[in-house]
Amino acid sequence: MATENPQPERVNYLNKEYGVGSWLLTTDHKRIALLYLISITFFFFIGGFFALLIRLELLTPAGDLVQADTYNKLFTMHGMVMIFFFLIPSIPAVLGNFLVPMMIGAKDLAFPRINLLSWYLYIIGGVMMLHCMLTGGVDTGWTFYTPFSTAYTNTKIVEAGLAIFVAGFSSILTGLNFVVTIHRMRAPGMTWSRLPLFIWAHYATSIIQILGTPVVAITIVLVAVERTLHLGIFDPKLGGDPLLFQHLFWFYSHPAVYIMILPSMGIVSEIIACFSRKRIFGYSFVALSSIAIAVFGFLVWAHHMFVAGISVYAALIFSLLSYAVAVPSAVKVFNWTATLYKGSIHYDAPMLYAFGFLGLFTMGGLTGLFLAALGINVHVTDTYFVVAHFHYIMVGGAVMGYLGGMHFWWPKISGKLYPEGWARLAALIVFIGFNLTFFPQFILGYVGMPRRYYQYPPEFQVLNVLSTAGATVLGVGYLLPMIYFLWSMRYGKPAPDNPWNAAGLEWKTASPPPTFNFDEEPVVTWEAYNYEQLDGARKEEVPVAG
Amino acid sequence: MALAKRRFPLPDSQTIPGQTVAVHGEGHNPALLHHFAEQQQQRDAASLGMWIFLATEVMFFGGLFCAYLIYRLKYFAEFSAASKTLALSLGATNTAVLICSSLTVVLAVYAAQHAKRSMLLGNLILTIILGFVFLGIKAVEYNEKFEKHHVPGPSFQFNEVNIPGHPGQYANPSHAQIFFALYFVMTGLHALHMIIGIGIFVWLLTAAWKGRFTPQYNTPVEIGGLYWHFVDIIWIYLFPLLYLIDRHP
Repeated sequence: MATENPQPERVNYLNKEYGVGSWLLTTDHKRIALLYLISITFFFFIGGFFALLIRLELLTPAGDLVQADTYNKLFTMHGMVMIFFFLIPSIPAVLGNFLVPMMIGAKDLAFPRINLLSWYLYIIGGVMMLHCMLTGGVDTGWTFYTPFSTAYTNTKIVEAGLAIFVAGFSSILTGLNFVVTIHRMRAPGMTWSRLPLFIWAHYATSIIQILGTPVVAITIVLVAVERTLHLGIFDPKLGGDPLLFQHLFWFYSHPAVYIMILPSMGIVSEIIACFSRKRIFGYSFVALSSIAIAVFGFLVWAHHMFVAGISVYAALIFSLLSYAVAVPSAVKVFNWTATLYKGSIHYDAPMLYAFGFLGLFTMGGLTGLFLAALGINVHVTDTYFVVAHFHYIMVGGAVMGYLGGMHFWWPKISGKLYPEGWARLAALIVFIGFNLTFFPQFILGYVGMPRRYYQYPPEFQVLNVLSTAGATVLGVGYLLPMIYFLWSMRYGKPAPDNPWNAAGLEWKTASPPPTFNFDEEPVVTWEAYNYEQLDGARKEEVPVAG
Repeated sequence: MALAKRRFPLPDSQTIPGQTVAVHGEGHNPALLHHFAEQQQQRDAASLGMWIFLATEVMFFGGLFCAYLIYRLKYFAEFSAASKTLALSLGATNTAVLICSSLTVVLAVYAAQHAKRSMLLGNLILTIILGFVFLGIKAVEYNEKFEKHHVPGPSFQFNEVNIPGHPGQYANPSHAQIFFALYFVMTGLHALHMIIGIGIFVWLLTAAWKGRFTPQYNTPVEIGGLYWHFVDIIWIYLFPLLYLIDRHP
């Protein structure tokens, strides 16, 4: 049913200006979010291409598609691209950029030009990474472990390191911008206890980006210096300490996992509240658990080093602290579940992704506790059990949340409705494909298949074939949203301002929003997630979109 | 949904008393960016932004200080021997130079806040000069390291250097090289920050020359000053850590 709209289209951030220059020189946080969306999607498919080659190689026990050296490069580049150029910028730089100012009632981020600078830094880092990949790549694994990376491998360590260094500053600047914006740009009445949980999650994420990223940056500088001048800062042959490298590296790279998962948790809080039509259960606990995860997340890094030769006492303490970080994560899961209880639940596509997140993140988190246990850790270190565990967190958790958020806010971003039936189908395909890919890897790892090998004994083949088959399904699941999102931009029905009857300031402005977000500065007089109030006033259900 | 009128509907001429306001865009004061409601909010945001940036800098140098601590504990003898080859008098002079530059920065910020134009320009120039003096002295020190083959790398030499207090025992050159690697990375990054700082102050000087800063709007001077102080403080830590290991009168 096409609705006739006799009025001319209202001016919004998309149609205000046209032309390449209006995009490349924009300081509008919403346009920068779209620039990021396009760029991270590009890198997502590059990383996915490497994953495809890895899974194809592992289809058979013999090394037939690629040889060992190529395989080493494939998993290294897959890790580097996916972590530094997709997962870390994904939610903060796209949805965070778009929504943080709008959710707090601001016209823009505090530093719009720094926001644009951060995108350019990301692009410069990305181009350096592409150049590095096209001219030979890196084979150390994404972890750069010394002294292999500094004294032995003859691949492009320094170039890849510099690419990550530059992209790291893009991440720092995004975090800095968010913290200042959340502190200084809130609309009148938007107190800390009224902030959406998405904002709390991004605040916690930003703290990690600000405090963690510089440490990995300086570590990369030391690696580059050591490799270029043949020094022994981390090389035991020359008196250096390789464990120091691992400490410095994981001091950032463990919290980096929380950079990926915390924003996703923020999205899930928004979606679950909206589609169960309830105020989130235990708001302040969920909010503060984000901060607790950011704080505890900085104190658990050495659980990556239990078999590397750290002292038993250090290992004991880090094991204990790793259990502690599970507490705030569990607080969130229990509170989401309690929100669902007696809620009026709607199974729209964003909610399907949120449900997927709940199950997969819980599995990823619980297997994380296996890994935090000193005994089991020795058994499964560097096996596919670890690979499955962190993919459940980073893909099952972070990417499910990202996709859920993209569906939830797509009407706001594009002003168009996506096809709901296709979206639900895609959510289901992603969930099935994901589990088929990664659940067999838990078993593979537990029975002893090591990670990072291109060959394996024939008895592992059945599970590996299942995993590769699952990866194909997962790939289809990821292509579908991209296709129908693009389709909807041209053919989708125009979205109303608030298609989900959702609470939150971003739904109180037009879809797509005007350049400065609000025609008049909003004044907030209500608590977050006031769904009982909203529905009481409207006495109507969520209309099925699409 | 409660939407209210803007909080700050005052025209610019009322918010900034005593200042002629050029008509700019939507009628804002030219120094007030469009997305801020008022001058104070913009100033607070800029200041908080600089403090957070300095926090990232603390973590950036923090990784180096951590590495320094580990190796100093591990190879104290070599660190002591290598530290004694550094030019103490030059390092001490540089410390004094930077402390003086912090004073001139404070005076520049004061001058900007109180519309004392010549005092502002003079102190900005003095700060820039002191910055160059620091870099010049640093260059002399680096040059000396090259001549003595104390620069880490293929030509590094630290043969038959006695460990202080242990006659007849020589320092292990690889371990001494770690000291010099940290010395060059730490002081080198510090010098890079000094160069950036001088660039910022040259920009502040040109803006001050054009009369951009007023008692109402001087945030760039203030946050540029914050940055300069931070770079000074880094040196205040670097000097004793690198130059004063195991020195006794």
